[in-house]
Amino acid sequence: MTIAISVSKLEKVYASGVAALKGVSLEIEQGDFFALLGPNGAGKSTFIGILSTLVRRTGGDVRIFGRDVDTHLYQTKLDLGVVPQEINFSQFEKVADIVMTQAGYYGLPRKLAVHRAEKYLKQLGLWEKRDTRSRLLSGGMKRRMMIARALVHEPRLLILDEPTAGVDIELRRSMWDFLLDINSSGTTIVLTTHYLEEAEQLCRNIAIIDEGNIIENTSMKKLLLELDVHAYILDTEHDLDADLEHKEPGLVLRKVDSHSIEAVVSGGRDINSAIAVLDRLGIRILSMRNKANRLEQLFLSRLRESGNGSG
Amino acid sequence: MYTNHKLIAFETIVIKEVRRFMRIWSQTMLPPVITISLYFVIFGNLVGSRIGEMGGYRYMEFIVPGLIMMAVIQNSYSNVVSSFFSQKFQRSVEELLVAPIPNYVILSGFVVGGMARGLCVGFIVTLVSLFFADLPLYSLSITVGVVLFTSLVFSLGGFINAVFANNFDDVSIIPTFVLTPLIYLGGVFYSIELLPPFWQLVSRLNPIFYMVNTFRYGILGTSDIDVAWAFAMLVLFAALLFGACIWLLRRGTGIRS
Ligand SMILES: Nc1ncnc2c1ncn2[C@@H]1O[C@H](COP(=O)(O)OP(=O)(O)OP(=O)(O)O)[C@@H](O)[C@H]1O
Ligand SMILES: [Mg+2]
Repeated sequence: MTIAISVSKLEKVYASGVAALKGVSLEIEQGDFFALLGPNGAGKSTFIGILSTLVRRTGGDVRIFGRDVDTHLYQTKLDLGVVPQEINFSQFEKVADIVMTQAGYYGLPRKLAVHRAEKYLKQLGLWEKRDTRSRLLSGGMKRRMMIARALVHEPRLLILDEPTAGVDIELRRSMWDFLLDINSSGTTIVLTTHYLEEAEQLCRNIAIIDEGNIIENTSMKKLLLELDVHAYILDTEHDLDADLEHKEPGLVLRKVDSHSIEAVVSGGRDINSAIAVLDRLGIRILSMRNKANRLEQLFLSRLRESGNGSG
Repeated sequence: MYTNHKLIAFETIVIKEVRRFMRIWSQTMLPPVITISLYFVIFGNLVGSRIGEMGGYRYMEFIVPGLIMMAVIQNSYSNVVSSFFSQKFQRSVEELLVAPIPNYVILSGFVVGGMARGLCVGFIVTLVSLFFADLPLYSLSITVGVVLFTSLVFSLGGFINAVFANNFDDVSIIPTFVLTPLIYLGGVFYSIELLPPFWQLVSRLNPIFYMVNTFRYGILGTSDIDVAWAFAMLVLFAALLFGACIWLLRRGTGIRS
């Protein structure tokens, strides 16, 4: 299996003295769909910045498809497409011009550039906006334009720094489909996100980074298996007793407010046991929902273990 | 493939630069043409007719070459400094830095863009000047050569300015406090023979003095200086500045963190 990204002992200390990465080692396989998670300021964008050469590392090595970025700068840049977290295109230019200019920077002959620009602007739903000045696009459109721009030279590796921030739900789903499609046609994708659902839906492997260190690097499947704690909120029909509380192995019930109960189920038991208990108490359930994304819980508990979680 | 890629990237940058100053022509082309036309009218025509001769020529004929050079210098410089700085400011420079383009191609693209504007404005100003003066054009090659090199040198200067600039003030400081005085004191409006010996000496330390004089020589055929020496100096300046720009780009000064 070819390794798309291989970094070892990656370090970055900014001129301001901030140590953003403290010896990050990571391998991402070709063809993978990889999520890099972590709280604000963890070092995700710094990591991506180093891959794209916008940030100069202060230690460690980077290889892209097996090539050292220092000695094979041209080829490694050609292999890479980056969608940055912050908007970084000229506000005064038209959408199509921005994408065409990018194609030129990557050496695409004009005919091919025109073809690719049309292809990706259409795929990202921006074809009608091609003659609009980029400053007049909505936030979500700007993000999609940056994806089209990153794809115009058809890189083998696409890196997206929070691609769906500020994108509405419907569009986010269509963006997911789009990314899955590109991935299944062979492009390795790495993304950072704060929407854990996104990582769960899209990614095969993940790493969690916190304060410049990798604190978890595993497959999404394994990660979800490790999770056997589920929390639910149950809405009840009638007012609850003031002192409702129930504890037994694998099940904790606790009153949240006058009309809702939190049920935490673990150790192989399921929600039926909670409903049975409540039934015995004569409490009727109207509706039920997951308290939080499971991944979110895991994420928070990992951060807590690593000593940073606010909880 | 690789050579061709560099050429395509270079063309892309140049076209983008030219499109930029054409798009905002009312900020980039019109003001210098109006200002310099006013110089022609006021200094050349109105005041000049009272002055009589300067350096053996009608005052109008004397100042026209200097004013054309002034347009070339200011516009080459300001095109590169404002374009590159605004790309830094909007972060669109990242598009270039992430792409597989060698630094010298990036630099050449911006510099040729700056020269394009400098030469464009210079050309328009020259056309306007023909209403006021007859330019004999003593040597085409010297005239064109010195304009090209001057434009190159100041485009490179503008690039260095943009690399170090952190805000819009930094973009106008050098043009206002260094470039303009050097141009005005560089023998655009007077022959340095009018100056006391000490100030003549000081004037000879001003590189723009040599550029203006060489250009005037190319058009009128007389000069206070040795033309070969002026060209040697221009080539040296261009080489030094080009080297400095490449060094700054390689270090990532002001553009990579
Ligand atoms: N150019 C810079 N100069 C100095 N410090 C920086 C710079 N960029 C980032 N940092 C610092 O480095 C640390 C990591 O920042 P980074 O942008 O990599 O975090 P992140 O994981 O992308 O966060 P977010 O989720 O908020 O985007 C932070 O403490 C940040 O303040
Ligand atoms: Mg970030």
